[in-house]
Amino acid sequence: MQKKFDQTSDPKRWGAGVLVFAILAMVGSISNAYIISLLTVVLLFTFMGQSWNLMLGIGGQLSIGHALFVGIGAYSVAILNIKYGITPWIGLILGAAIAGLIGAVLAWLSFRFEVRGIYFALLTIAAAEFARIMFGGWDYVGGMQGLFFQAPTGSMDIAMLRGDTRFYYFVALTLAAIGVAGTEMISRSYLGYVWRAMRDDDDAARALGVQTFRHKILVISISAAMAAIGGGVLGLVQGAIFPDSIMGMSISVDVLIGPVVGGLGTAFGPLVGSMAAIPLHHAMGALGDSFGIPGLNSIAYGAVLILVVWFLPDGIWPAVVRLYGAIQLPARVRISKLREVENDRAA
Amino acid sequence: MLSLWLNVLASGVLIGLVYGLVALGLTIIFGVMRVVNFAHGEMVVFGVYIGYWTVRIWDIPIIAAAAIAAVIMFLFGYLLEALVVKRFVNRPHHYQFIVFIGLSLLFSGVLLVSFGPDPRPTASQLSFQTVAVGPLTLDWARIQAALTAGVLIAALSAYLKYSAFGRSLRAAADNRLGGLVVGLNIPRVYAVTFGIGSACAGVAGALISPLFDAQPYLAVDFTLLAFVTVIVGGLGSFGGALLGGLTIGVAEAVAALMFTPSMKTALPYALLIIILILRPRGFFGAKEV
Repeated sequence: MQKKFDQTSDPKRWGAGVLVFAILAMVGSISNAYIISLLTVVLLFTFMGQSWNLMLGIGGQLSIGHALFVGIGAYSVAILNIKYGITPWIGLILGAAIAGLIGAVLAWLSFRFEVRGIYFALLTIAAAEFARIMFGGWDYVGGMQGLFFQAPTGSMDIAMLRGDTRFYYFVALTLAAIGVAGTEMISRSYLGYVWRAMRDDDDAARALGVQTFRHKILVISISAAMAAIGGGVLGLVQGAIFPDSIMGMSISVDVLIGPVVGGLGTAFGPLVGSMAAIPLHHAMGALGDSFGIPGLNSIAYGAVLILVVWFLPDGIWPAVVRLYGAIQLPARVRISKLREVENDRAA
Repeated sequence: MLSLWLNVLASGVLIGLVYGLVALGLTIIFGVMRVVNFAHGEMVVFGVYIGYWTVRIWDIPIIAAAAIAAVIMFLFGYLLEALVVKRFVNRPHHYQFIVFIGLSLLFSGVLLVSFGPDPRPTASQLSFQTVAVGPLTLDWARIQAALTAGVLIAALSAYLKYSAFGRSLRAAADNRLGGLVVGLNIPRVYAVTFGIGSACAGVAGALISPLFDAQPYLAVDFTLLAFVTVIVGGLGSFGGALLGGLTIGVAEAVAALMFTPSMKTALPYALLIIILILRPRGFFGAKEV
C-alpha cells in the first residue's frame, strides 16, 4: 500500500499536504477553545510521532523511551524561562542540542558492539525511567512538585513564545507541517536512501560503503532533537511540567501510538493516528471520571489499542488509502479500457 | 556497623532471589518466543493480590498461597497466549509493544476497578517475625520467599534441561522452523512457555505479598525492574536472570542505606548503564538478539 501511495505524483502529494494543513488552519480559526487545545496536543504529538517515525520507519531503530527526549526539551525550556527569564527559543535550541547529544551517546553505547534491535529499545526505556526518577529527586528542577510557567497574559509575544490557546495552536500546526514536510524531504534525500538501505539490510549497506554506525547515531540524534523541540512546546502549552507527566511511560506510548495506529512510514500516518488516538485517550479519561470508577478509562483505552493493532495491522491511513483505491479502481479500469479501444481504432 | 552492612547485604540477596524469579519469567518468554512481555509487572501484582487474599481468607502459609498463585497464573498465561498473544508473535516489536501496553493498561484498569487505588497493607504475623543467624537478623518472610524462589529457579532449570518438554522448549527457542520440521507442537510449546513465565511472576508476587503493600500502581515498577534485571543479566539467559536479580537486589539495599530512598529506585538504572558500558550484552548475553 505504501508503494501505491509513493507512486502518486509529487505535486499532487504536496498539494494534498497543503490542503490538509489549510483545512487545519481554518479549523483553528473558527473552533472553540476546548477543541483548539485538544488539537494543539494532537498536532504536537503528530510532530513528535513524526520524529519517532523517522527513527523507526526510515532509520530502522526502535525507541520506546522517547519521553526522555520530550522531557529534556520541556525541562530546558522551563528551567531557562522560569528560573532565568530567558526566551523559550533559546531553551528549544538548547534542549534539542542536549537531547541530540544524549541520543547520540545512547546510540553509541548500544551500537558500538552491534547490540541492536530489542536491546536498544529496552535501553531507551530504561534511560527514560532513570531520567524521570532523577528529575523527581532533583530539587533544583522542582522535584516531584514540578515547574510552573507564569500564567499567560493573553497578549501574543512571539519573542517569548507566549500567547493564548489559538497562538499555541498555530505554533503546533507550524511544527506539525514542518515535521511532515521535513520527514518527507529527508526521506527523499541522500540520507533517506542511506537510512532505508541501513534499515532493510545493515550488512549489505555496510558492504556498499555506508558507515552504518555513524548513520544510526545521526538518525537517532536528529529524532531526539525533534522530539525535544516538541516537548519544549508541549511544556509551554501545558503551563506546568512534572517528571511523571512529561517523562513518564505514557508519553513514550502516546508518541509512538500516532505513527503505529495511523500507518508506519507514511507521511500522513502520524497525523491521522494522533487525531484518532489522543482524543480517544481524553474521551476515555472523561468517561472514567463521569462514572467515578478509576481504572475504567485504562481498560477501555487498552482494549481499543489491542483491537486496532489486531484488525488494522498496517494502520488507519493505509486502510483509508485502500478504501479510496477500491472506489477509484473501477473508474480507472474503465478509462484504461476506453483508451485501449481508442488506440485500436487509431491504429 | 559491620553487622548493619551484613544485614543489608543479606536482605538484598534474599529479595534479589525473588527479583531473579520475576526476571526468569520475562527471560523465558523472550528466549522462546522473542516477545517482550510489557505486562509482566501486572502479573506480579496479580500474584501479590492472590497472596493477599488467600492468606487473609484462609490463613494459609505463604508457600501454599504461592502454589495457588502458580496454578492460577499458569492458566492465565496459557489462555492469554492462546487467545491473544499468539496472533502477534510474528509481528514486529513495536506492534507487540502496543499490544502489551494495551494489555498492561487493561490489567491495571481491572486491578483498579476491583481493588481501588489505595494500598492495602498486607502486614500479617509473618511480616514481623525475624530469625537471628549469628550477627544477622532476618525477616522470616524474606527467608521463606528467597528459599522458595531459589528452589523454584533450580527446579525449573532442571526441568527444562532434562525433561522431554524442556527439550522441545529449548528446541523451539533455538530454531523454530527446525522444531516445526521435526513435528514439535510449537503453538502448544509457546502457550506453555507463556504460562510458565506468568506463573514465575505470579509466584514471586505472592511470595513478596507480606513485604509490599498490595497496590495496582506497583505494576510499572515491577515491569521496569524486570527489564533492568534481564538486561543486566543478558536477555534469554537463566543464569543471567538469577545473577541480575541478585545484583539489583543488593544494589538497591546498599543504595537505600548509603543514599536517599529515591536513589534506591534510580540506582538499578544507573547500574544498568554502567554494566552496558562494560558488558554491552549483560553478564550472560546471547550472541544474537
